[in-house]
Amino acid sequence: MTDLFSKFDPLIEQRRALLAGGVEDPFNLVMERVLSPTVAVCNGRETILLGTYNYMGMTFDPDVILAGKQALDDFGSGTTGSRVLNGTYAGHRAVEDALKDFYGMEHAMVFSTGYQANLGIISTVAGKGDYIVLDIDSHASIWDGCKMGDAEVVPFKHNDIVAMEKRLKRIPEGAGKLVVLEGVYSMLGDIAPLKEMIAIAKENGAMVLVDEAHSMGFIGPNGRGVAEEQGVLDDVDFVIGTFSKSVGTVGGFCVSNHPKFEILRLVCRPYVFTASLPPSVVHTAATSIRKLMHAGNKRAHLWENSRTLHKGLRDRGFQLGTEEPQSAIISVIMPDLERGAGMWEALLHEGLYVNLARPPATPAGMTLLRCSLCAEHTAEQVQTIIGMFERAGKKAGII
Amino acid sequence: MDRAATANRIAELIEPFNKKGIAIAEDTTFAGDLEWDSLTVMDFVAAIEDEFDIIITMNQQAEIETYGQLIDAVTKLQG
Ligand SMILES: Cc1ncc(COP(=O)(O)O)c(C=O)c1O
Repeated sequence: MTDLFSKFDPLIEQRRALLAGGVEDPFNLVMERVLSPTVAVCNGRETILLGTYNYMGMTFDPDVILAGKQALDDFGSGTTGSRVLNGTYAGHRAVEDALKDFYGMEHAMVFSTGYQANLGIISTVAGKGDYIVLDIDSHASIWDGCKMGDAEVVPFKHNDIVAMEKRLKRIPEGAGKLVVLEGVYSMLGDIAPLKEMIAIAKENGAMVLVDEAHSMGFIGPNGRGVAEEQGVLDDVDFVIGTFSKSVGTVGGFCVSNHPKFEILRLVCRPYVFTASLPPSVVHTAATSIRKLMHAGNKRAHLWENSRTLHKGLRDRGFQLGTEEPQSAIISVIMPDLERGAGMWEALLHEGLYVNLARPPATPAGMTLLRCSLCAEHTAEQVQTIIGMFERAGKKAGII
Repeated sequence: MDRAATANRIAELIEPFNKKGIAIAEDTTFAGDLEWDSLTVMDFVAAIEDEFDIIITMNQQAEIETYGQLIDAVTKLQG
């Protein structure tokens, strides 16, 4: 018998070698207690959280928590059903209404995760004979959506406007085209030139989907994302988003002005063939989304935090993913996985949690320490974080 | 462009990507013999696409394992 697991042997060996060096497993950390959006207890140690994508710090918002508790009392712990059968409660409608108001769009469809939103929309909208043109650094859920559908898939070099245009122009006459882009790319924290790219997509007769998972709530005049910031939201056919970052719970969505959008509820398999989100989740999400519409001060503070951390780390000699802070993600480039894991552990011992990212999730085979800031990080915490990086960086031999 | 002319152009294009200077024949495989990672594949595919003004979709790339299959595919894609 062939052991079907033998294909995992190289990864098993890599992990064994890494852990044999004595470092703590970066992919097996337990948050024993969570004290606030920015502080948890890990391994008995109070730890500042700098890798949670909890950008707006909504997870402990009193109104959000209250809405969730009330929904548990009023509607129970779960729906035990699909959105198209018994799984659409008042709260699911309420959160879709909140999304329509937040984005100023006609239609909103809520999925159980953002992963499923990409999987479902992409695989359903682009079918056999259609072409998907996408950035090579797209999120796994976008790639999996491409794989699940039957469309022809054409990637182009990251953020390369010319490469995108060339490929669009070579698609056979008459074929359906979907261009898939992200507002913020979460590995390096860089943003896309959506204004130029979307203009080219439209010139070439393509529909456009933009994943704004990492921009909701704080990029753009109304927090609608990078497309809004660059003044091209009206040209986006589908915005994909998630509740697992700024909104502070779990779930995913697509908003759109397409007149036939509602038919997707019947034909989109990752929407139909899975249970809907629990009532407590949709009520917390609806409350959070409505509060994010009026979060100007928090937004300003989040940007301050991002600029301070970016400058602080660069001044101390760290190599960062972007020249300027473009989002609430500051990515610190490590020389290799071993030293990256060493640095990650040194930070944890300092009392700081960041995200360790490594190939194949990362571009160009890089090992990254991804820092995501929160509007609830205080200015003092950010200074503390910079000090921790400096000490750990020296200890791990990075700076 | 016929197959022979296409093969000549591809032979020139592959040169800078063949860093280990491996002797390339029709049955040379990209993943196995040349040990290319996904980034190298992407850059090489882009170079071919731009040279011949074609697209080689991911779906088509999945069918191309050897150098000879690539020449066949590019010859065909030029129509
Ligand atoms: C760009 C992007 N799209 C989609 C997702 C999936 O979101 P979710 O966590 O809701 O499944 C993520 C986050 O993991 C993401 O970074």
